[in-house]
Amino acid sequence: MSASPPQQPSGQIATLSTSEIMIAAIAPMLSGLRHIAVGASSPVPGSAALLTRALSGGRTRVSLLGSRQHNPFTDGGRELFDCAAQGRIDAFFLSGGQIDGAGNINLVGIGDYPETKVRYPGSFGSAYLYHLVPRVILFREEHTPRILVPKVDFISAAGTSPPGEYRPGGPHALVTGLCVFHFDRPRARFRLDSLHPGVTVEQVRAATGFDFAVAEAVPVTPGLDAPVLALLRGRVAMEVAETYPAFAANTWGIGRGS
Amino acid sequence: MSAQAAETLELDELVARIPDGARLALPPDYSGCAMAAVAALIRRGARRLHLVGVPALGFQADWLIGAGCVGTIETAAMTLGEYGLPPRFNAAIKARTVRIMDATCPAIHAGLQAAEKGIPFLPLRGILGSDLLKHRPDWKVIDNPFAGDEPGTGGQDPIVLIPAIRPDVTLFHAARADTHGNVWIGVRRELMLMAHASRTTLVTVERIEDTDFLRDERLAAGTIPALYISALAVARHGALPNGLAGEYPADSKALADYVSAAQSAEGFQRWLSEGVLAAAPDRTSARVPA
Repeated sequence: MSASPPQQPSGQIATLSTSEIMIAAIAPMLSGLRHIAVGASSPVPGSAALLTRALSGGRTRVSLLGSRQHNPFTDGGRELFDCAAQGRIDAFFLSGGQIDGAGNINLVGIGDYPETKVRYPGSFGSAYLYHLVPRVILFREEHTPRILVPKVDFISAAGTSPPGEYRPGGPHALVTGLCVFHFDRPRARFRLDSLHPGVTVEQVRAATGFDFAVAEAVPVTPGLDAPVLALLRGRVAMEVAETYPAFAANTWGIGRGS
Repeated sequence: MSAQAAETLELDELVARIPDGARLALPPDYSGCAMAAVAALIRRGARRLHLVGVPALGFQADWLIGAGCVGTIETAAMTLGEYGLPPRFNAAIKARTVRIMDATCPAIHAGLQAAEKGIPFLPLRGILGSDLLKHRPDWKVIDNPFAGDEPGTGGQDPIVLIPAIRPDVTLFHAARADTHGNVWIGVRRELMLMAHASRTTLVTVERIEDTDFLRDERLAAGTIPALYISALAVARHGALPNGLAGEYPADSKALADYVSAAQSAEGFQRWLSEGVLAAAPDRTSARVPA
């Protein structure tokens, strides 16, 4: 597909920031989807979704929460969730204060709930959307044993469900500042899929608190070819800036000095 | 003013309608927060409020928690967005001075929708396997009684039931009311849901216009009819320091200043004395004689 980045653009990759590498890793996972929804505090996935839309020739719809220009909902906060339960949303994005090797995510806190030592904002819609959206992509730039733990202290949303439970959705991949993991649902386990430029398997192992599978050969995370990168840094960056002005300023210098 | 119009009150009279211990539904920071009314509620010395975030809470909850007004917080999230962690909420969780009822966004919406329909609960997909369920004994799991009719369910199909959330009071801020007491909310339809579900709905507005929104098809669909509005008060710039869509942006300096002041209990008290307790509410400016 024209939306997919080339396999070995090694000359390009050095010029990408970590956020852009993550955007480049997420965008191909969205290619060809009808409707991508993006939740709160998700500038990297939001950028990948808007890039996918820009490359789709109008086939892909994006619903960006918090945006006035890129949000079609008119029936209040419930509408996203009702849409998801009906199967009208193909992809969504979640992060976590902790993420474990079984795909469980913790957005509530560290320590014995409710007397958490560290309190995160809360579960938002995760406990629901993780079950209903077919392709949920986890993202977290910080890749350390503090974040990627053997077992989360609190399960905001469970990675997998026992047979007999209604579960059309679930984790598809985990994209960090170091690598991309694919989530193997039958085995309830992550598999290292690609390494960002300059990162080694050993480095990922040392930074990851859970066990994961490793493919025979692990490629470098593909970058973006020149026209796609120009699209991202141009039109898409401007679209992102409407909802995430601080991110667009830090990543692309949009709006600096104004 | 026609006979069916909602009452128009002074700000202090409006917040006097929120009793101590009330289950109080509030919108998130982006959806029209009645910040001037929240400040008046703090001045009144409200206690033991049970806040319901629809579906998340931010600055207004942090203010109320810091001022000792809150007993319970029921929400899917508590966040100040790019301004950082909510300092008084986090301190209260650590000190165990507020009870937290963690939820997930669609469960808040479903609970309000059940109340709106006058039914005891709504079933909701997902949530199974989440620790939220362990800590919410009021959420129940049953086997879908219709599962036998659905292929591939094996006749079991566990599903979560969310009990109705019927707030005593909903409080928010909007740009426009009319002289009949109708409130225009545009696309912010969770405010409509909150008003439908609550026993009492109190609204502060920028202005009261001498018209009837329900006579204009273009406005009627985004209007909460006076039927659901208990009382109004005019509060010019009543969402500040939060923003109000289509009217004014957030005062980001004031929000950032709050977060840095509220890092300690002493800093918060100083902010409270100087910023909230000292402030006289703006009573008059935009009131339309009715």
